[in-house]
Amino acid sequence: MTSDAGRRSLEPARVRVELPAHLRTLAGAPREVAIVVSGPVTQAAILDGVEAAYPMLLGTLRDHGSQVRRPFIRFFGCGDDLSHISPQEELPRAIADGEEPFLIIGAIAGG
Amino acid sequence: MSKVRILAGTRKGAFILTADGTRKDWSVSGPHFAGWEMYHLKGSPVDPNRIYASQCSGWFGQMMQRSDDGGETWNAVGNKYLYDGVAGTHQWYDGTPHPWEFKRVWHLEPSLTDPDSVYAGVEDAALFHSADGGQNWTEISGLRKHDTGSAWQPGAGGMCLHSILLDPSDAKRIYIAISAAGAFRSEDGGTTWKPINRGLVSKYIPNPTAEVGHCVHHIAMHPARPETLFMQKHWDVMRSDDAGDNWRRVSGDLPTDFGFVIDVHAHEPETVYVVPIKSDAEHFPLDGQLKVYRSRAGGNEWEPLTKGLPQSNCFVNVLRDAMAVDSLDSCGVYFGTTGGQVYASADAGDSWQAIVHDLPAVLSVEVQTLP
Repeated sequence: MTSDAGRRSLEPARVRVELPAHLRTLAGAPREVAIVVSGPVTQAAILDGVEAAYPMLLGTLRDHGSQVRRPFIRFFGCGDDLSHISPQEELPRAIADGEEPFLIIGAIAGG
Repeated sequence: MSKVRILAGTRKGAFILTADGTRKDWSVSGPHFAGWEMYHLKGSPVDPNRIYASQCSGWFGQMMQRSDDGGETWNAVGNKYLYDGVAGTHQWYDGTPHPWEFKRVWHLEPSLTDPDSVYAGVEDAALFHSADGGQNWTEISGLRKHDTGSAWQPGAGGMCLHSILLDPSDAKRIYIAISAAGAFRSEDGGTTWKPINRGLVSKYIPNPTAEVGHCVHHIAMHPARPETLFMQKHWDVMRSDDAGDNWRRVSGDLPTDFGFVIDVHAHEPETVYVVPIKSDAEHFPLDGQLKVYRSRAGGNEWEPLTKGLPQSNCFVNVLRDAMAVDSLDSCGVYFGTTGGQVYASADAGDSWQAIVHDLPAVLSVEVQTLP
């Protein structure tokens, strides 16, 4: 994904973010929300934006103290699992340009 | 006419059950926070419309909700529970050191005098306090930093601080209990703590009479007798008449003294309720018969209460925070089961009716008596 990372425009990016059902209810948000990112479009920047727009989601995606992704939260985009890349790494251009959504997923667990 | 409002926390949401003082016809509202584990909800004694609710999920962690209108609407408040300083380690199940890790809020205890003040008992065991209606939480760290803290270990359900009792006659006195560390008392508002486990005997720990390590399941107190405590331990029903300094076994003629809940009649400080469970290996009632046992003598002599309760093929459990009493003239007693029933008695336990039959597993039951 790094070969395709970065944005064409210097304008703030408008990233499409999909929230899982429980967090949509909690935040009173629709399935897909638009998050504006001023700098490089990274996982950390997107999550900062989500938390700024919906403060009640603080702590639900990443740990309050360490900022580490919660174990059962996954990030998908452009057909890839983006959960394990560095939070500071630039995401694929298609996500930064709003062509593809950044998916926040509750990991499949249980029966 | 007075009303009662039951706050039931379940594995998949919260339910609010209301009735007038006759407690015959019930309205059910919910699920609130559908799909979330609702470990505990409790209202402020001084402002019953102020209700705090612990909402959590294995995926999304801990949330805290607050209602200012009796549960009609809710707002998310602060969910930041950070241990004070270096968290350190406690004992893991295998006896090795294990880092303290916040998991969830098990129990909420609003202040007796200030609706904005509320305590939270959490897993891994610690006590937190909010002075601003749940927006910000601060650990009362003298408890976790007690000299014995590194020796505490989890019970099967996790290392949870599940009981918080505030002494109405002494604002500085707090009792708490932890599985599986035991009971503790503070006389200075939480700054310092003393283990109060003398008299407990637990055969499942290396030293059965150790200062800490006992799997206390729940403790209860009548507000008019704050020096008298009742305890349902892993095994054994216990009583103390000196604020926990010394305990004695009052299981008496109970058919089994394993269990989770224990509570005290609202107007009779010597009337106590338990729900005996077969054993630590089989968490359901004896012989498939759900029986509440009542002692009118403060323990030792117990009578089974069965009218209206299933007496065959009943294999539910009643978890530690899932019993409560109202304060109407004829004391109401309520409990919830892992099978999703909430039972109510409007006559101090003589007879019971199931208000609801098919909720998700009930984790907690509290009741508010409203004017």
